[in-house]
Amino acid sequence: MTLKLNQVTKRFGNFTAVDQLNLEIPEKQIFGFLGANGAGKTTTFRMILGLIDQTEGEISWNNDRINYDKSHLIGYLPEERGLYPKLTVKDQLVYLAKLRGMNKMDAVKELEGWLEKFKVPDYKTKKVEELSKGNQQKIQFISAVIHKPKLLILDEPFSGLDPVNVEMLKSAVIELKEAGTSIVFSSHRMDHVEELCEHLCILHHGTPAVHGKLKEIKRSFGKKNVRVKADFDVAFLKDLNGVTKYKPSSEGCDLQIANEEVSQDVLNALQGKGFVRTFDLEEPSLNDIFIEKVGASYE
Amino acid sequence: MNKFWIMLSHTYLNRVKTKSFLIVTLVTLALIFALTNLQTIIDTFSGDEETTRVAVVSEEEDITASLQQQVANIGQGDMELESFEGSLQEAQQAVEAEEYDAVVDISLNDSGLPTATFYADQVASTTTSDPIRQGLQQVKVAMATEQAGVDQETVQEVFAPVTFSKEALEESAKTAEELDQARGLVYIMLFFMYFAVMMYGSMISTEVATEKSSRVMEILISSVSPVSQMFAKIGGIALLGLTQFGLFLLAGYLSLQVGETSGQNGALELFNIQGGETATIVYAVIFFLLGYLLYATLAATLGSLVSRLEDAQQVVAPMMMLIIASFLIAMFGLGMPDSPFIVVTSFIPFFTPLLMFLRVGMLEIPFWEVALSIGLLVATIIGLAILGARVYRGGVLMYGKSSSLKDIKQALLLSKKEN
Repeated sequence: MTLKLNQVTKRFGNFTAVDQLNLEIPEKQIFGFLGANGAGKTTTFRMILGLIDQTEGEISWNNDRINYDKSHLIGYLPEERGLYPKLTVKDQLVYLAKLRGMNKMDAVKELEGWLEKFKVPDYKTKKVEELSKGNQQKIQFISAVIHKPKLLILDEPFSGLDPVNVEMLKSAVIELKEAGTSIVFSSHRMDHVEELCEHLCILHHGTPAVHGKLKEIKRSFGKKNVRVKADFDVAFLKDLNGVTKYKPSSEGCDLQIANEEVSQDVLNALQGKGFVRTFDLEEPSLNDIFIEKVGASYE
Repeated sequence: MNKFWIMLSHTYLNRVKTKSFLIVTLVTLALIFALTNLQTIIDTFSGDEETTRVAVVSEEEDITASLQQQVANIGQGDMELESFEGSLQEAQQAVEAEEYDAVVDISLNDSGLPTATFYADQVASTTTSDPIRQGLQQVKVAMATEQAGVDQETVQEVFAPVTFSKEALEESAKTAEELDQARGLVYIMLFFMYFAVMMYGSMISTEVATEKSSRVMEILISSVSPVSQMFAKIGGIALLGLTQFGLFLLAGYLSLQVGETSGQNGALELFNIQGGETATIVYAVIFFLLGYLLYATLAATLGSLVSRLEDAQQVVAPMMMLIIASFLIAMFGLGMPDSPFIVVTSFIPFFTPLLMFLRVGMLEIPFWEVALSIGLLVATIIGLAILGARVYRGGVLMYGKSSSLKDIKQALLLSKKEN
């Protein structure tokens, strides 16, 4: 059940939202979709779901186009949160689940399980408008997964949540993956993607700036980070050969180096100068890669 | 259960359960009962009132006597005219002391004919003064003709209404009696259609706009196609309308039945409905449903263009204008259903439901005309539905503040199939 995008382009008049996008989203894994607002994430999702048609290219899931016959296999959490404010959580979820092809009894059973999991079983009879925004988002998440979809698309699932709820939702996402759901999720939070995804794609102005397995992306990036904490001034490291970036920190500095070998030069340069508290060779973060590839930072 | 029916019943049940629906329905039911039993209600309130006593101050005793007789002839049994012995001032004081309800001061003018002034605490109500005025008028006529030397028989002949009856020469044309009946029925149906389209049309656009403004729309369109969504909404609200109107008609019928057994069928006589023609009723149902479908489709399309509830009323305003215009034309047409203007406008699809119905109800028109107008109407509905479904598909994904023709174009662009 691989999801394939082949040379997909979407133009709105003169504006190209997505440009010749090639993607292969593997089964039963979590695929991260990164990019700033306006990078084309939501448009891509809408095309995958068939809500809008692509201008060019092909999208196939399991060698077939996604349409309304398959809506019971697909879960979608849109970026724009929205539920019926006047309906109770139960009525709401049962209705949305029925539209995804579930019967009422199963829906009620499932939703009780999910409310239990999110530690909010007493919300069942409450109206949505009475809930806090974070809790509304939990309900919306339930609406996307209640019918046990095979393919789950989450558009910015963690935005606007407190850390406790982010963790709760993250573990739910991981559980779903282990149960065999293919998940595509978008975010502009690099750390979330780094934590959850095996595969990812960084979208920039509608084209993928980086695309592939997280580990391979990091390895092929080549550059590494070195964190130094010392009791003396380390500003001289800036001029060392192979140091591409220098950023002073409170107790030392953070360096970006061209390759692993440079780290040993840095270590040698530090020796004999005084007391070194920390010397740490690190993998580059996704944020570093993003800045390098796209030239802008997103937090 | 098919998704279309899930949505339809959801729309219906949700609306039926709202407080506003219950209140509107109950208030209207109360109104229907009140209207159909208006006479009974008025009688109940005025039943216990005592006889009105009116003092007549006049030097001409025979005028007083003939006025008493005339007033009695008019049939105001609960009014008593009494000759007052005393001055006008004393009579007025008697009214203030509530011994009498009113005073009439009658004197003769230069030509020897009666003139009168009516005094009462309040002169807003004409229930007391009118019969007296009428009575006195007749007394005056009698006196004037007597002075002129005309005898009573001639006077009656002069005043007797002319015998004037209408008969249509075309065999199938409606007789004057039938026309009166038809007019009542058409009048009521026009009102029903007007209100139904107004009310349920704006209900649909509000419904769509609500789902958009609460952003639940995107979940919905990822599960159910916009087209079946749109028609589920239209169907759900139609069902709601049928429920409501069914209740109204039932209430009206029952309350008329009750009224009839108690001998009061004022409302029936008022509108002249005594079992209209079956054909008219069939046409009414057809035009009602088609009219609803036309405007409902339009309303759903327009509703899908706005992203905030506040804009929903604004965007359906042009549609409301169309309905109001066709209602006004129809009101004008009630008096002259065969005028060329009505004939032409009855073929314009947006006016057809009201105007063509008016024509079929009032006149005998060739079947091909009706068929043509229905054909045009159905074609327009289908065209609008196709266009509407496309606008809807793009419109529901569109969020902006403006709501204009430009948006329709943009919505079409968004839903455009290019592959």
